[in-house]
Amino acid sequence: MIEVKNLYKGFNGVEILKGISASFEAGKTNLIIGQSGSGKTVFLKSLIGLHIPEQGTIEFDGRVNTKLTIEERRQLRQEIGMVFQGSALFDSQTVEDNVLFPLKMFTKQSKSEMLDRANTVLKRVDLENSNKKLITELSGGMQKRVAIARAIVMNPKYLFCDEPNSGLDPQTAIIIDNLIQEITEEYQITTVINTHDMNSVMEIGEKIIFLKDGKKAWEGSNKEIFKTDNEAIVNFVYSSNLFKKVREAYLNETK
Amino acid sequence: MNYIEHVGKYFMMLKQVFTKPQRARVFREALSREIEELGLKSLGIVMFISFFIGGVIALQTALNLDSPLIPKTMIGFAAKRSIILEFAPTFCSIILAGKVGSYITSSIGTMRVTEQIDALEVMGINSLNYLILPKIIATVFFYPFLIILGMLLGIFGGWIAGDISGLFTGVDYIEGLQTEFDPYLIQYAIIKTLVFAFLIATVPSYHGYYVKGGSIGVGKASTQAVVWTTVLIVITNYLLTQMLLT
Repeated sequence: MIEVKNLYKGFNGVEILKGISASFEAGKTNLIIGQSGSGKTVFLKSLIGLHIPEQGTIEFDGRVNTKLTIEERRQLRQEIGMVFQGSALFDSQTVEDNVLFPLKMFTKQSKSEMLDRANTVLKRVDLENSNKKLITELSGGMQKRVAIARAIVMNPKYLFCDEPNSGLDPQTAIIIDNLIQEITEEYQITTVINTHDMNSVMEIGEKIIFLKDGKKAWEGSNKEIFKTDNEAIVNFVYSSNLFKKVREAYLNETK
Repeated sequence: MNYIEHVGKYFMMLKQVFTKPQRARVFREALSREIEELGLKSLGIVMFISFFIGGVIALQTALNLDSPLIPKTMIGFAAKRSIILEFAPTFCSIILAGKVGSYITSSIGTMRVTEQIDALEVMGINSLNYLILPKIIATVFFYPFLIILGMLLGIFGGWIAGDISGLFTGVDYIEGLQTEFDPYLIQYAIIKTLVFAFLIATVPSYHGYYVKGGSIGVGKASTQAVVWTTVLIVITNYLLTQMLLT
């Protein structure tokens, strides 16, 4: 579980995050949504330690980020898996080398043990026959799956995904969403996904946090999002006619 | 950002770079990769340029020492000193600054803009140490060999140039090479090379690591890295010559 309390972060005197508090439960897919510029990426990067918050705390199962020693912080980072928006794979290396990298860096396993583990996670993301392919030879969806494989190869307790669906066709996007949700439940990971893909919101949004102008404007689940009267989120989520109709249909059904 | 801030940031970077590698086997792999990329792949250009510039130095010396009072052996002597003292360590390092420097900046810069460096940091890896230390070790250990090879080929190029042009004989040239040979000159050239190799690895790494913007940012950083590495090589060349030879 991750507990965020009163998080503030700014750049060059401009406040981006303005006192966000939130909690993310293990085994659930937690979504952060919001318009471009609402502070989603800064929030996510603050959670994973790439930005240092000016105020507030982040608690990882009782471990408060501000009270950790360098060694504890390093240990914590090894418990974090991250899927970046552009995958951030080492593009001069093969699929297998990318997945093996964290194992080589942090474990004392033999080569065969590492290969077994890499093959297991590659199989989990349906890429069992792509070990020797270069990253540049893969499609966007396959690259995302390699990124997920690399993120889970160390059995992380926390998984962060920054817009995992961006640039993918709707069918592949749903496959990636479902894969993340399955992995989250299977390994009981605390997953936090940054997205503005409304399909993801409807499909896997077990807990949704809506950010607006650096503040938490709404919190709930994908079921509750249909019923809410919160103007900010209604304007954001139901900006397209398709989702307006989906909402109307849902509300008529549940009357 | 002013120059003093850059200098401070550069030394702060070096502090992070010179820490113990987190995993020896990963470091060894990275080191062998860098020796290949930064060293072995530079062999061709250094050999080619050294041979021809050596030839040009010998020809120019021969053409300008046309007084009958100056013995022909002076051509080999002057060519040897020019090649060992300046051409091999300084000229080759400037060429390597262009070739290797732009490669280092663009590769690290691309890793920065594609979030690969962020990925390393999130994993708990000291990205500065992981990316830059193998480059420094590779250049500092390999470039002296490269420069010595450059010296040999430059001198050989001079000999061949004399043979083809007929401006001086091989016997005179070799006698000139053997005249007043001072081993300290080699030492001086290697000391300079070590310093230049360090600059060639670290200055472009700095520009790549702290790059801002997308592909245009990487392009600009590569150009700046080559310019600054060349400027620093020229300045340190002057300072080292002042310190070591006067």
